[in-house]
Amino acid sequence: MSIERQEKRQGAALVAPALLWTLGFFVIPFAAMVMMSLAHLEGREIVQGHDLGNYLRIFTDPSLRRGIFVSLEITAVVTVVSVLLAWPLAWIIATRVPARWRRMALLLAVLPFWTSYVVRSYSWALVLGEKGVVMNALVGLGLLAEPVQIMATRSATIIGFVHFFVMLLTLTIYSNLIQLSPNYARAAEDLGASKWQVIRLVILPLTLPGVMTGAFLTFVLCIGDYITPQILGGNNELTLPQLIMLQLGRRGDFPMASALSVVLMVIVTLAYAACARWLKMERV
Amino acid sequence: MKYLSWAYLVALFGFILLPVVTLVIFSFQDGRLPVPPFKGVTFEWYAKILTDRAMMEALGNSLIVALLSPLVALTLGFLAASGLARVVLPGSVLMRGLLIAPMTVSYLIIALGLLQMFNQIGIRPSLLATGIGHVVINLPLCFAILYAAIGEHQKSALKAARDLGAREWQVLWFVAAPMLTPALAAAFFLAFTFSWDEFIIAFLLTRFDVTLPVEIWSMLRSGLSPATNAVGSLVFLVSVIVVVALELTLFRKGSK
Repeated sequence: MSIERQEKRQGAALVAPALLWTLGFFVIPFAAMVMMSLAHLEGREIVQGHDLGNYLRIFTDPSLRRGIFVSLEITAVVTVVSVLLAWPLAWIIATRVPARWRRMALLLAVLPFWTSYVVRSYSWALVLGEKGVVMNALVGLGLLAEPVQIMATRSATIIGFVHFFVMLLTLTIYSNLIQLSPNYARAAEDLGASKWQVIRLVILPLTLPGVMTGAFLTFVLCIGDYITPQILGGNNELTLPQLIMLQLGRRGDFPMASALSVVLMVIVTLAYAACARWLKMERV
Repeated sequence: MKYLSWAYLVALFGFILLPVVTLVIFSFQDGRLPVPPFKGVTFEWYAKILTDRAMMEALGNSLIVALLSPLVALTLGFLAASGLARVVLPGSVLMRGLLIAPMTVSYLIIALGLLQMFNQIGIRPSLLATGIGHVVINLPLCFAILYAAIGEHQKSALKAARDLGAREWQVLWFVAAPMLTPALAAAFFLAFTFSWDEFIIAFLLTRFDVTLPVEIWSMLRSGLSPATNAVGSLVFLVSVIVVVALELTLFRKGSK
């Protein structure tokens, strides 16, 4: 046996355990879920089938179809608002804060990022509630006559999401900004560009990879999240993950939960295809 | 422009830190509700949490899963990364893609797939099932970090060790692992954080031996309580200690 073939055999032996794990606990369950989405529920029995009935229902049943739109709307708003808030923050930390305080400022800006996700959503429920700190302050300052309901509405979900993703995007945009050579800005200034022109025409386009990577992560994590809408948004309008959990919990409707998951998966894949050319994950 | 920058910085820091600060302050609330007005300081809620058996069991379960599942993921990822960095196998690109793929899928979908499969082959929801799920989400991360860390320098050192007659396990244990220590540590801590904080997989794949996030979740059902603030503050404190420790040790050199 040649050395090269022996090398290849040893290489394959090293990769095999990880591949088998991925195959057994990711690919097969996923394939089984796609199969399950073609079955349907009769009473409490799951009947195997090969029809697209579940998918047809998702796009015709108003309550299910609405879930897709609610999820897409929330995710779109969250992604845009988070980018708009995070970019200036990352830029200020990277360029305005004195170098010795920079790591400290960044650490502080993303500190709650490392706390428990469930606890973070709960904290917002605390802050935004009718008797919470925000309403108390607004009414106390005389800015509002009486508390406005934010909890259990879409606004609360969006605020909770934006809080989390501003931190995430600040990280991706910051790491992109500090890799840029200061010569770009200097050259533009020497050529007569104003400060705003430098930012708008030079720095902003150069941070597109960081922005797109962060925006894509935001989109994927936001549209697949169950915790934030469940704790903050309440049950008035349900997002896709909430609908999936509802199918599981109330009725044990695995086929419908699977079909909704496949729809979620397709949306994420489309988003990936749309931003693939900007995504340079390894650079961030 | 300067004042605008500082005003923006302060406003955003306020927004970012507001919920955490509120959480911590009202964990000391001497009253039944963690909302204004603040009635005075008490440690009653911390005492209540720390003597709560269900909470302590959940903490133990979380620690078990968050320590063991990253170890499995790290081992599998380390072997795969050194295998793929060593030789070009037919289908290398496909294999790398397959190993990374779970990273792009929502945890909810991974959890649902595993739940169905475990149901069919008769594995009951348990801590073990959750651990398996956590290895699935952490393996891509560990593999990607380690694969990126093996550069040309490392490859030639590994090759030299082999040429000098080291057996494969010796190459991995005495040469590859020590060279990759920073990457191994970074991957382990990231995987630990993800597993420690993961909710939906643990929620769907455990029944009795729940983890901390699931236990906190079930506390939320009974409404707002300073006790929940106390748990949240403790979890926050632990994360801050881990992050600051990492910042001071592991990432210090890399960032300068």
